[in-house]
Amino acid sequence: MPVGLVTVSYIGSIILFILALGGLSNPETSRRGNAYGITGMTIAVLATVFGPQVDVYVIIIICMLIGGTIGFILALKVQMTQMPELVAILHSLVGMAAVLVGYVNFMDPHAAAQFSGAEKTIHDIEIYIGVLIGAVTFTGSVIAFGKLSGKIGGAPMLLPARHWLNLGLLIAAIWYGIQFVNASDIDSGMLPLMIMTGIAFAFGIHMVMAIGGADMPVVISMLNSYSGWAAAATGFMLSNDLLIVVGALVGSSGAILSYIMCRAMNRNFIAVIAGGFGTESAGTAGLTSDQGEVIAVDTEEVANLLLDAKEIMIIPGYGMAVAQAQHTVYEITKTLRDKGINVRFGIHPVAGRMPGHMNVLLAEAHVPYDIVFEMDEVNEDFPDVDVSVIIGANDIVNPSAQDDPNSPIAGMPVLECWKGKTTIVLKRSMATGYAGIQNPLFFKENTRMYFGDAKESLDAVLKIISA
Amino acid sequence: MRIGIPKEIFSGERRVATTPEVAEQLHKLGFTIAVEAGAGESANFSDDAYREAGAEIIQDTKSIWSASDIILKVRAPVTNSDLGVDETQLLHEGQTLISFIWPAQNKNLMDRLAAKKVNVLAMDSVPRISRAQKLDALSSMANIAGYRAVIEAAQHFGRFFTGQITAAGKIPPAKVMIIGAGVAGLSAIGTAKSLGAIVRAFDTRPEVKEQVESMNAEFLELDFKEEGSGVGGYAKVMSKEFIKAEMELFARQAMEVDIIITTALIPGKPAPELITESMVKTMQYGSVIVDMAAEQGGNCALTEAGKVVVKEGVTIIGYTDLPSRLPTQSSQLYATNIRHLLADMTPEKNGEITIDMEDEVIRGTTVIKAGEITWPPPAPKLSAAPPAKTVAEEKPRAIKEKKKPLLSPAASAVLTVLIGGLCFYGIGISAPSTFMQHFTVFVLACFVGYMVIWNVTPALHTPLMSVTNAISSIIVIGALIQVSTSNTLLAGIAAFGILITSINIFGGFAVTQRMLQMFRR
Repeated sequence: MPVGLVTVSYIGSIILFILALGGLSNPETSRRGNAYGITGMTIAVLATVFGPQVDVYVIIIICMLIGGTIGFILALKVQMTQMPELVAILHSLVGMAAVLVGYVNFMDPHAAAQFSGAEKTIHDIEIYIGVLIGAVTFTGSVIAFGKLSGKIGGAPMLLPARHWLNLGLLIAAIWYGIQFVNASDIDSGMLPLMIMTGIAFAFGIHMVMAIGGADMPVVISMLNSYSGWAAAATGFMLSNDLLIVVGALVGSSGAILSYIMCRAMNRNFIAVIAGGFGTESAGTAGLTSDQGEVIAVDTEEVANLLLDAKEIMIIPGYGMAVAQAQHTVYEITKTLRDKGINVRFGIHPVAGRMPGHMNVLLAEAHVPYDIVFEMDEVNEDFPDVDVSVIIGANDIVNPSAQDDPNSPIAGMPVLECWKGKTTIVLKRSMATGYAGIQNPLFFKENTRMYFGDAKESLDAVLKIISA
Repeated sequence: MRIGIPKEIFSGERRVATTPEVAEQLHKLGFTIAVEAGAGESANFSDDAYREAGAEIIQDTKSIWSASDIILKVRAPVTNSDLGVDETQLLHEGQTLISFIWPAQNKNLMDRLAAKKVNVLAMDSVPRISRAQKLDALSSMANIAGYRAVIEAAQHFGRFFTGQITAAGKIPPAKVMIIGAGVAGLSAIGTAKSLGAIVRAFDTRPEVKEQVESMNAEFLELDFKEEGSGVGGYAKVMSKEFIKAEMELFARQAMEVDIIITTALIPGKPAPELITESMVKTMQYGSVIVDMAAEQGGNCALTEAGKVVVKEGVTIIGYTDLPSRLPTQSSQLYATNIRHLLADMTPEKNGEITIDMEDEVIRGTTVIKAGEITWPPPAPKLSAAPPAKTVAEEKPRAIKEKKKPLLSPAASAVLTVLIGGLCFYGIGISAPSTFMQHFTVFVLACFVGYMVIWNVTPALHTPLMSVTNAISSIIVIGALIQVSTSNTLLAGIAAFGILITSINIFGGFAVTQRMLQMFRR
């Protein structure tokens, strides 16, 4: 296949990738969008394989078969509640690949021979940056995977003087970068590159270890962004526009997601990355501890409240995912909707462990997406809502974000369920949420607490309302 | 323990202290229940229904009283004319009586009960705090009374409540004024509103304005400022000037409205007279007044307690037993209130009650403990405590000020542009042209990404992440090119790169497809 044909194939796949992302603007067009993405990837891979630079086919086919099979099995077996973990571990693979490709490119004498002078310097910098980002993405994603799957504790690990440590690692990386660029041949450049890789691995681990469970949506989208930038850097290194474009698309996508998540928590991006949520403000949390008594209700009362309502808003949180209660939630929704009660879902942008996590869980349980709304779409409707049901959520419905300027989450946008007539809160106990602060919502006069495991409780409610 | 429910003997009383449904729940708490034959008859609960609920039906009144540990009643004990004995005489030491008592009005009764060395819990003395709402029988009864008051008014009123335009002409809606927007008043507002009337309400406590307006009724206001809230959310006696302004308002309204429902009560005082004889005279012929304060002397000057009278063409209803006129409903709510009380007193669910005087609710409700009069209880702690907030508000300002950004927004924008410009300048001056081509593509692609991603619906953020993840494994192309090198080590590394990116490509697209398939309308 001539070079020109390869280039137009790449242009074709670039267009298809952009269409794939554009398709996600609407669930209706999203499936077609994914097909575009698959087509684009197929074209790109085929054009490369049959292009002038490739002449070994057997190894490629074997590797792709093995990798593809593993990928398919992972994709088909994964539980929807485990999506964040899967995405994290897949990110780590992109990071690892960027590191490998960078090393091979550096060690290949033919590749290096093409460049001289300023071009050589830039090429070295490209390799260096590509490997650096790839390495940070790799270890960061592995740690994120560990935290999300519970293999590593979710609490932030805070080393003393961690900001100085990060700064030191950064300076070391730059210093070894200069060494690397100045190195005359492959052998003398190898050592700085390897030391830097080690530093980047350590940095990735340290960065994610220091971030708490509630900030996971930001971390995931940030790593998503990094994997894109790693691909773009690799594209510069290989002088390949397809990689550059796709890397930039993915990188900006992840960056925007991180921004949206930070805004939804009213948090500064730098502060999230620096880690250690809630540590500075822990002292103030005790102020509001004595707030009165909660009103607990039993299953029957919950069922009656639901049956007597006309407008119901369900607000799910990570607790629903943990309890695997989404199917029961949908059964209840269906039963109530059949009785003519308008049941809707209100989703906070950071509910769950990754952007859009709740939407996927609800979709898995067959909840039609046109009754699932974003926070901004429903927040004004709460005065007309008869019953709001909070399932395993805490900080995203905390009124102190608005009322108490002293609160660690002050200014964070929240779902204003307390403006409705009644709020039912499903909770295992009176424990606080990830922000570690008490929620005055539980003590409001129109709030009813329904303690117990979300799934078991809702099953009991379902039994009564469908009887 | 054994719970006994005697038949109510107060003349005209149709309620009963427990229903079959509640009896069953009490049974679950570990109690055995005995009901006097015919106790629930006037509230439409048959003896058979009680039997099905696991209760024992006892014919003999005396044995109900003597063989039970807990007696549940609606009305305070009175003389049983059939047996010729006062109900208090049927009690014996150690028993617990739960009933309406009205200890403030019934000093004599309290002494007689205390002499019997019993425990008495008065359902009218439940403290007015949030936690005790579920056992607040007064609110339950007031709610029913408010509803019934409107129904009684409708029965004596000669017209529709709702306005209609019919073929035979236009019918104006009835105008209803409700004085006192407590539980009964609000219930009356809701009922009158749902019948289609125009509803106006007045109350001396300004904070109820919001509640009245939330029910789509009009809140009548005076051009006069005086706080009318007393202790525990009840009203208090107002100043002379206030009362004068108030009376003028009522006089004006009386000429206009068709129905007046008065619920004005001040705890421990005779009901204030709000509707004078002259106001009644100015009302239209056929109008109706329901005086819910008739028992305490009435809010209307012409009210006769317990009777319906027609004066100056206006029907004045002075029933004092409105809850009892809806016996099934009121028995059910009252019984549920009592069940909540008993549930609080038997935390072990073993059918043994404990009177815990440390518990604020139980303490307030208990008026006699083992023959000792414990009424009135110490003043309740306020359920809502607005102060202490000021302290919290002072602090944040100090914190906020510290957090002020180093630069103003405009300055930081200028700085960003400057740094960006410098970077571009640096790249432009030093980089070779081949790099610049790629750099152009890169910057443009970032902007395309920016535009496209903002259009993605938040609901699809997870699929977005998995699909971008799959796409970012385009990095496989690098490995594909490298695998053809002659160096075995490098080819091996590249092959491994292909393998892991393939996991990503196939896994990423497949899981995205799986998720998107689930997004169905």
